[in-house]
Amino acid sequence: MSKAIVLYLHVHQPYRVRHYTIFDTGVRHDYFDAPYDDRESNERIVHKVAEKSYLPTNRHLLELLQEHPEFKISMSITGTVLEQLERWSPEALQSFKDLVATGRVEIVGETYHHSLAFFYSRAEFEAQVAMHREKIEQLFGQTPKVFRNTELAYNNDLAYWADKAGYKGILAEGWDKVLDWRSPNFVYRPAYTDNIRLLMKNYRLSDDIAFRFGDRNWAGWPLTADKFRHWLDNTHDASVFNLFMDYETFGEHQWHESGIFDFLRHLPKEWLKTQGNAFMTVSEAIDSFDAVDQIDTPQTITWADTERDLSAWLGNNMQVSSILSLYDLEEPIVKTGDLQLIEDWRRLQTSDHFYYMCTKWFSDGDIHAYFSPYETPYDAFIAFTNAYHDLRSRLIQKGVEL
Amino acid sequence: MLGWELPPHNSGGLGIACYQLCKALSKKGADIEFVLPYTADYSSINFMRVNPAHPQDVRAVMQSGIAYDSWKYIKANGEIEYVDLFGQSAMYEEAVGRVVEAGSFDIIHAHDWLTCRAGLRAKMLTGKPLIVHLHSVESDRSGQIGGGNPLVREIEGLALLIADRIIAVSEHTKKAIIREYGIPADKIEVVHNCFDPDNLIPESGDNAYAYLHQLKQEGYRIVASVGRLTVQKGLPNLLHAFREVVAREPKTLLLMVGSGEQRNELIQLSADLGIGQNVVFADFQRGKRYRDAYAIADLFVMPSVSEPFGLVALEAIGYGTPILVSRQSGVAEVINNCLKVDFWDIQQMANQITAVIQNDVLRDELHANSYKEYDRLSWDDSAEKLWHIYSHHSVKVAA
Repeated sequence: MSKAIVLYLHVHQPYRVRHYTIFDTGVRHDYFDAPYDDRESNERIVHKVAEKSYLPTNRHLLELLQEHPEFKISMSITGTVLEQLERWSPEALQSFKDLVATGRVEIVGETYHHSLAFFYSRAEFEAQVAMHREKIEQLFGQTPKVFRNTELAYNNDLAYWADKAGYKGILAEGWDKVLDWRSPNFVYRPAYTDNIRLLMKNYRLSDDIAFRFGDRNWAGWPLTADKFRHWLDNTHDASVFNLFMDYETFGEHQWHESGIFDFLRHLPKEWLKTQGNAFMTVSEAIDSFDAVDQIDTPQTITWADTERDLSAWLGNNMQVSSILSLYDLEEPIVKTGDLQLIEDWRRLQTSDHFYYMCTKWFSDGDIHAYFSPYETPYDAFIAFTNAYHDLRSRLIQKGVEL
Repeated sequence: MLGWELPPHNSGGLGIACYQLCKALSKKGADIEFVLPYTADYSSINFMRVNPAHPQDVRAVMQSGIAYDSWKYIKANGEIEYVDLFGQSAMYEEAVGRVVEAGSFDIIHAHDWLTCRAGLRAKMLTGKPLIVHLHSVESDRSGQIGGGNPLVREIEGLALLIADRIIAVSEHTKKAIIREYGIPADKIEVVHNCFDPDNLIPESGDNAYAYLHQLKQEGYRIVASVGRLTVQKGLPNLLHAFREVVAREPKTLLLMVGSGEQRNELIQLSADLGIGQNVVFADFQRGKRYRDAYAIADLFVMPSVSEPFGLVALEAIGYGTPILVSRQSGVAEVINNCLKVDFWDIQQMANQITAVIQNDVLRDELHANSYKEYDRLSWDDSAEKLWHIYSHHSVKVAA
């Protein structure tokens, strides 16, 4: 019985809102254009991430693809990061194209703007999914067959939608409360669907790489490719190991000095030492294994935090009121047909903006602070709200009554 | 313990901090004799001995005025003399000299520059370790780096050099001590000031600011500032920022509680800025009117140029109001869930105030989270640190 590693990497960068104040609202519409040296500068961050993560990681991945015909990976890349690479790091974009050109990299579909639109407007959600599909076709010549929603936010409704939309597979967190006694290491079928299959992240193994890799206090440290293969080989009752993580794990979350690139370089060779071991893209895994059971997920789950829910994005009233106000503008904004206005509205839908407003652990200063360009969640809210009011002011200037 | 004031005869945070700190220290077993420079009845305090240090031939020393005015010295022969601040400090030194010769103790703990001369004399006479506890530095009070009264700087600097250990009420103050007097960092320990939520006197009855309460019903929002009207507090910047707020949200009022030498200047400035109708000068207040000022506000602002700690900001949180504080304040080191601004950044101050005025969710979220931090504060933690320092120095002396 063969076993496959399904390595799936998620690439994303938002358009961060600059230090946009009440003095800018109604006057300037350049919410996303921070000066280069500011913490919120998208250009600077793209340069940094390309240099620390995208370019070195893609170099390693390309070598591995060339050395090992059995090596395969899946990726999702948001529209907002693709645009920023086109503009500020064409060489990084080219390195992604080179990977896909090997024919062994599958691109997974999602919303163009990395939004939570599914939960607020089905029409807007479908528009963003279509935008993303077109962008991927245009840049990579591939049409996504498997879907992932922003932050792996998943429930029965989403699976039902993806099934009807013709996707063969969908990704979700392998959360214990949903799996119950079952293992994430198999292919499943979402409840109330006909054809679609569900791949669930093995968060223990994924987080060993994504979060714990560089932690010297962790019992598993140092993690080598050899040790990792042993863990997987000793897991007998399994067909797939769904290793899902942020692409920026390589070189950004786990620094080069942690040895993460050495781990990546040695993983294929080590894994393929055992007879029957394989790498598969998400589509191949779905084609190769039958669904062993159906999974019923009435409540929304995500891949974030210990709660695995949307509370990091929608856990406080600043977040909820911001997102509700934003989607309240949908009808008047779309009606204007003003493409720049619509695009600015969509960029504000990116989930990261709401994440920056998260107050859950702010007092203790932790991981959330690391990923935020703002000093406090309140500053994030203020910048966002001033930009939101500018959207309204642009509508009012067009004679729209709100 | 050498201190300049205790509540209710206090002009600011210093007296409150001394009172709370001694209370927490006594729970740890500290036997404290608190020596004051004036005469007052403190029989209600049962956790330490409070004694006035009267200079020779002086029967009583009467405080006068709200701040640092001349005091009335009533001599044994019935004569009355008025003495200014430097005179008081010198009289106190002499008096403390006689107190220490009579008593026995292990540690001399002196609060702020006014008690420094006395602290030095006590150390000289007894050889006991001297701990100088600074609640503010002269440059803070003058609102200027390298600034202040040279006589005060001389006393402060000398005491810091000779002290066995220095306590600063914040990292901000520690940095100022290093910057102003070149003291090595490892001689200075930061013991944050605190506020015991249990000590907050609850609100009672209708808010004393009836008119402001009525305006709130009509959709007005209130911004409050509590503190002396003095250059250190950075209030002109707040008025400039507030003009920008009013330009966008006319239904906003600024309530200023306090008095000081800048009062007339600030009234004039608010008129010149065209916001005279939006700024309420409520003068110095105590008791219910003091507490209700915090409670009526939607946002408390402390824009100090340099604020060693800023207890008022914690009181504001206690009374249900979120805070905006300058980065140049000690309280910004202990509360994360607040808005922070550089005291000179008028635009950002206006931006933040406007955001709170326009968004009740921001106001409520800020307060709910800051209250959780506030609720965890305890003077016991500060006393624990001090106790550790006391033990260290007592042992060294014994050995």
